Amino acid sequence: MEPVLELRGLTKNYGAHRAVDGVSLTFERGGFYSLLGPSGCGKTTTLRMIGGFETPDGGEILLDGRSIAALRPWERDVSTVFQSYALFPHLTAVENVAFGLRERRAPNARERAMEALALVELAEKSARIPAQLSGGEKQRVALARSLVLQPKVLLLDEPLAALDPKLRKQMRAELKAMQRRTGITFLLVTHDQEEAMSLSDKLAVMNQGRIEQFASPEETWLRPATRFAAGFLGAVNWFGATGVRPEVTYADREQPSSNEAGNGARRAVVESTLFLGNRLHVHVRCESGESAVAEVARGREFADGESVWLWWNSADEMRFE
Amino acid sequence: MKLRSWFLLPARVWMALFFAAPLAIIGAYSFLTRGDYGGVEYPWTIESYARLADPLYLAILWRSLWIAGLSTAICVAMGFPLALFISRAGKRKNLYLQLVLLPFWTSFLVRTYAWLFILRDTGLINTILSALHIIKSPLPLLYNDGAVLLGLVYSFLPFFVLPMYATLERLDPALAEAAADLGAPPWRTLWRVVIPVSKPGIIAGAVLVFIPCLGAYLTPDLLGGGKSVMLGNLVQNQFTTARDWPFGSAASLVLMLASAILLVLLTTRRETKGLL
Repeated sequence: MEPVLELRGLTKNYGAHRAVDGVSLTFERGGFYSLLGPSGCGKTTTLRMIGGFETPDGGEILLDGRSIAALRPWERDVSTVFQSYALFPHLTAVENVAFGLRERRAPNARERAMEALALVELAEKSARIPAQLSGGEKQRVALARSLVLQPKVLLLDEPLAALDPKLRKQMRAELKAMQRRTGITFLLVTHDQEEAMSLSDKLAVMNQGRIEQFASPEETWLRPATRFAAGFLGAVNWFGATGVRPEVTYADREQPSSNEAGNGARRAVVESTLFLGNRLHVHVRCESGESAVAEVARGREFADGESVWLWWNSADEMRFE
Repeated sequence: MKLRSWFLLPARVWMALFFAAPLAIIGAYSFLTRGDYGGVEYPWTIESYARLADPLYLAILWRSLWIAGLSTAICVAMGFPLALFISRAGKRKNLYLQLVLLPFWTSFLVRTYAWLFILRDTGLINTILSALHIIKSPLPLLYNDGAVLLGLVYSFLPFFVLPMYATLERLDPALAEAAADLGAPPWRTLWRVVIPVSKPGIIAGAVLVFIPCLGAYLTPDLLGGGKSVMLGNLVQNQFTTARDWPFGSAASLVLMLASAILLVLLTTRRETKGLL
């Protein structure tokens, strides 16, 4: 696959604060990518530099091999879906979608806008203004408004953050289906690791302006490159430099055999148990002082204060020196 | 009586005494006959309203609408870019807003007199221009429509800039970014997004300028010098030199009616509802 978008040593400062610090990433055509990180890590600034809304202080942005850093937003062949959707409140849904086509003097702007609305299943609401649409519908209009221009890269800035959790999961599936159907390269910014992992072909974990890891979701989950990446992607029980995920941390009343628990089992005391429906989270404190969480199946509850053995397979360990 | 209603009482009493009652008196006067030395006499008549249809007075009404309309248009043309500039000025916003409000620190009358000193034949502009030998005889800057227009725009520009600024300030910056993202250069964004979205603010500001301009009295009196008469001056004349109170009352009610019709038209339109 050939790269459609390349970032080379991209840097942005706000006064003395370095918001983006030498970010280099390569995105291949037709992929679904995510920039994942906590708020303030520089992921949105990176996206805004690609969109042309922030000027980089250093580095290069290559779109199809050509530098676009000097181009203004309206000259770039990328399009952004904004977190607030930024739909034009005075225009109907179909006119919002037709906005970019009219700017380009494209023929049949209205018909093409209607087709794009049909793609997001909003054809029957084409005459409504944004105030008459629900959050999910606005989101789909914003998506159609960008997709209809067939940009080389679609940039999505926390597109699902404003939706309620149930709708968010549904839109997640729609987003993925839309990307596969159109074949357009998607680059999504999010702080939700589940969103990034479920959607992306590859995700970049960002922290303090730097890329910690750029790999497939499975790779980042199983073999996080840094302690930060391990902790940001999901819960980790830390035993010094060793990390173990709760779902592969076991709690038992009987001492496990030594070939099961490669690194030996630890004595621990149950502090509390959280019921999560399909599973339980047993919070324990080890005699060695660490607190940890073991995920167990329903029906295997422990009483608070009960002594247990805590163990895991050495293959499931993540080590950071 | 509920506690809530008590809060309204002072305002109600004030409006009844100083707005409703005088308005009723003016209303009654307008249907009475003129007294020989001012005041009013019986019988009831609609003669004052009939006289307003006289071409002489219609011309004054027309000219008032025209000058007020033109002043409003100039205020919009000058005030919109200014308000847009201030709304994007970042940290200096408050400084610029203070500058817009600066004229209000001095009395309106004093400021209008200041224009007399600037515009008259021996005023600032003519003195400088003749000292530089650019002109031989003084330019006729005062006592014409141009001077009235200048005075009105000068006085009422802040009344447009402030509501316009409030509207533009609330405008989501992401809208302009989205327009740029979809391929619109800045002037296209202005035309297709910023102006249409801020239309309610433009209309509200224009009304705030147009209505006081229509009834302006002091500015046409001082800067128009009786040559550029507007409705406000007509009303004033009827109560003083002409001693025709019924006619003055009728003229002022027509003026009010014109403003009221304009307001009702605007407040019932969808995009401006709730703004005024």
